[in-house]
Amino acid sequence: MNLTFTDRRKVIQIHDLKKNYGNNTVLDGFNMDLYEGETLVIMGKSGSGKSVMIKCLIGLEKIDSGDINIMGKDITAISEDDLNEIRTEVGFLFQGSALYDSMTVRENLEFPLRRHTKKFGKLGDATPLVMEALHNVGLDNAADLMPEELSGGMKRRIALARTLILNPKIILYDEPTTGLDPITSKEIILLMKSIQEKYKTSSIIITHDVDCARFIANRMILLVDGKNYAEGTFEELYASEDPKVHAFFKS
Amino acid sequence: MENESNSAIRDILVETGEITIFGVRFFKEIFRRPFEFKEFLRQCYNVGNKSILLVGIAGFIIGLVFTLQSRPKMEELGAVSWLPSMVSISIIREIGPIITALICAGKIGSGIGAEIGSMRVTEQIDAMEVSGTNPFKYLVVTRILATTFMVPLLVFMADAIALLGSFLVENLKGDVSFTLYFSEVQMSVEFLDFIPATIKTFFFGFAIGLVGCFKGYNTKHGTAGVGVSANSAVVEASIFVFILDFVAVLLTEIIYNI
Repeated sequence: MNLTFTDRRKVIQIHDLKKNYGNNTVLDGFNMDLYEGETLVIMGKSGSGKSVMIKCLIGLEKIDSGDINIMGKDITAISEDDLNEIRTEVGFLFQGSALYDSMTVRENLEFPLRRHTKKFGKLGDATPLVMEALHNVGLDNAADLMPEELSGGMKRRIALARTLILNPKIILYDEPTTGLDPITSKEIILLMKSIQEKYKTSSIIITHDVDCARFIANRMILLVDGKNYAEGTFEELYASEDPKVHAFFKS
Repeated sequence: MENESNSAIRDILVETGEITIFGVRFFKEIFRRPFEFKEFLRQCYNVGNKSILLVGIAGFIIGLVFTLQSRPKMEELGAVSWLPSMVSISIIREIGPIITALICAGKIGSGIGAEIGSMRVTEQIDAMEVSGTNPFKYLVVTRILATTFMVPLLVFMADAIALLGSFLVENLKGDVSFTLYFSEVQMSVEFLDFIPATIKTFFFGFAIGLVGCFKGYNTKHGTAGVGVSANSAVVEASIFVFILDFVAVLLTEIIYNI
């Protein structure tokens, strides 16, 4: 484990998280801590519970038992308004980008801004903020395009810009490179890295992409059958002799 | 066989319960800030704009055909001068509201079901939620309010155009002037013909919006589920319209004895 981060404040703590869908157990006592400024990569096979975990973390899925603590607040025991306030500090990049397809890129970016008057005040012209967010993802000229006019990689960048515009302290990435060609994947990984360095955000990245993990992870968790199976730096897990860990990296 | 009918009854009861809970949530959210007024106006425009042509054409043809088909019989009975009264009362009380509501259930209900359904399966609703925005308020409340207020306006328009269609037949076949036709209409239609018919159209609009939003918001099973939501929104909204119409007619009879 990287000692640089364990000295820091914990921004997310998950303890004994359990989630079932009927008789199907998806998360079976998952535990995790995320430290301030750290990038934690969670890997696992399809169906191992990664995406469900990240959705439980942000309150999109109800948990069956366990504790989820974000910046000192137990999100399972707070009101919807308080949860929404925490959500402005936690960005989420969806696997399919989830851009609002009836709105232009500018409107997509303005949408969350205009609804958080508590944090940002009543915005008049949001153009400078929108342009800054677009500049950060390298798409300065995309403001008036519709999502249908964007490529997969551009959509992912705009989704990232929409996440960044709320100035989050934590960013959750759900398979950020899935469905992209290797070159675009690399660009997105570099962008995530540069954002992490510029804004000093803490990040959780759910991915299958070993190259992404190698490049960006400070620490990794391997999830098997809804449980933490292995934990450590990329190098530690990569060198592991455990057959399940070995199979994951060498396959 | 008995098991199948039991499960069908259970499904209907569960669905009715879920729609009721969804409706209760609508009434709770409607009074909470922010009010999303701009989106409400945009939805009003969408609802009206989507249906105005179809409702207009349907209204015109209904007025035209109804008068054309009634005229020979009325002539036979020597009651052709009663035609404007008969047509106007039928259209204003029943035909206008029910036909317009059914058209809206097909056009608007399915549109809302498909739009919100596709937002659900592409995680756009989740994206709103994680950005700390209330998607129910933004997507559902605005659309239900828009249909509740726009369907009555569309019914007014359909009634007026249907009467124009009817007048056209009377003018061509019976040489009846515009003034004569509409003064006949004005004399026969009473305030009490308008009020219950108008009140029920607000309920029709509410039901169409509610069912469309409910189906879309609860869409499951990916893109195939979007089609199912759009389809079932039309079917269930139409059933709701018929039930509400039946209740409205019963209540009108009890209250006004007409």
